[in-house]
Amino acid sequence: MLDVRALRKVYEGSGRRVEAVRDLTFTVDAGELVCLVGPSGCGKTTLLKCMGGLLSPTGGEVLLEGRRVSGPPPGMAFVFQEYGRSLFPWMRVGENVELPLKQKDLGKARRRELVRDALESVGLADAVGAYPWQLSGGMQQRVAIARALAYEPRVLLMDEPFAAVDAQTRADLEDLVRGLWRDRRITILFVTHDIDEAVYLGERVIVLSASPTVVREQLKVDLPAERDQLHTRVDPRFAELRTHVYEQIQAAKRGGVQDAVTKSDTPPPR
Amino acid sequence: MIARLLLKSLFVIALPVVLVVVWWAASAGSTDPFWPPLRTIVDTFPDVWTADRLRTDVVPSLLRLLAGYALAALVGVALGTVIGSYRAVRAVCEPVLEFLRAVPPPVLVPVIMLFAGIGDTMKIVVIASGCVWPVLLNTVEGVRAVDSVMLETARSYGVSGLARLRHLVLPSASPQIFAGLRQALSIGIILMVISEMFAANNGIGFTVVQFQRSFAIPDMWTGILVLGLLGFLLSVVFQLVERRVLGWYHGLRATTRRS
Repeated sequence: MLDVRALRKVYEGSGRRVEAVRDLTFTVDAGELVCLVGPSGCGKTTLLKCMGGLLSPTGGEVLLEGRRVSGPPPGMAFVFQEYGRSLFPWMRVGENVELPLKQKDLGKARRRELVRDALESVGLADAVGAYPWQLSGGMQQRVAIARALAYEPRVLLMDEPFAAVDAQTRADLEDLVRGLWRDRRITILFVTHDIDEAVYLGERVIVLSASPTVVREQLKVDLPAERDQLHTRVDPRFAELRTHVYEQIQAAKRGGVQDAVTKSDTPPPR
Repeated sequence: MIARLLLKSLFVIALPVVLVVVWWAASAGSTDPFWPPLRTIVDTFPDVWTADRLRTDVVPSLLRLLAGYALAALVGVALGTVIGSYRAVRAVCEPVLEFLRAVPPPVLVPVIMLFAGIGDTMKIVVIASGCVWPVLLNTVEGVRAVDSVMLETARSYGVSGLARLRHLVLPSASPQIFAGLRQALSIGIILMVISEMFAANNGIGFTVVQFQRSFAIPDMWTGILVLGLLGFLLSVVFQLVERRVLGWYHGLRATTRRS
């Protein structure tokens, strides 16, 4: 579905050369929910923007369903961390969700239907006529998610979408994302710096090294498909996995790509 | 609620009332022909500003002002959007703009008279050439300042070209554009009067000068009152339009201030 091959991104400007991403190779299968986690400042956003066609990589390539990504592909939707700056404050919630659809040559009735359906599935059917700034942070991010859903993407890229909301809202939004993933069978790539969030959400966790970024480990999350905040987070297996990822991140921070041993899909032993 | 509303309107009219009373009292016994008592001016007012005069002088002035202002708004926003959108265009235009902006528009009146004559075209061009700068420069700034995350959002959802201009760039720049339009309005009124003082056969500016030359001093003062009232009315209309168009912006600002 989504192939990242030997991706490399070097920023050059004002005499400084920063290698943000060195060499990344991984795949995301259709219908998978993959979490990317890494130490802060490890080029996660750069990677996601390259995948979304918002940045062109210095080397390597990103393939969506076998086709090379050179600009934002129509089958992909983006949810940004800064919901406040991603929704247009001069448009009402409904108009915000509808705007991308207008570029898609859809009839008015079909657009209405998609908007209503998307807002319903994030639990904001009543907010169509409100302005985004009249809503709380968590609700605004729901609107941004609804906008992505209405776009009917096959792949959803989420860039630390819950980093700026409070803990309780965040838990609700995590469950929302898992629910949507299960119901709509969208492929989701979810970037976060929160280890618990990565393990709780993902079917698979990709651990990145510190910048210049490489894949440090890929980890299958063998928790049951039905997860809830109350039980999953106290599951001993959850603790094992999060500890394992935490150790990997700590090691990544200390540097040393060489000691990244496991690059397989095998989870750590129980 | 009603008490608060009354108090608020009291605050609004308090200062104007005080000023009028002071003017009235200070000028009451005046024998200086150049400073007639306010009483005399008010008495003269209805005789001078008859319906006929409104039609022959006020309406032409207003039409020229509106034409010049609309032209400036159109040109200012269009050029400003182009200049603000492309760095290369900006680099080429900026020094020239700074120079042109520094030229006081009234100076242009004799120049514009040379090629536009002394008719309405001259006056409209003069008004437009003065009003265009604040609109243009504010539009450039507004268009430049469009949020990077919003731009990326638009790009990732395939919102480009005209749709991007209409749904993202112009709305995002609209608070700045309105700031420019507001400045332009007061410049426009000044230039309307000045252009009519140079060469005209009607208009408010022309009338005021005529009264002054014929030593009809109270009549001249009524002309100044009319100009003041006109400016006030236009600014009220402007505010109403702005409240409507920028409703989202005021709401947004109110919520960010609260949090």
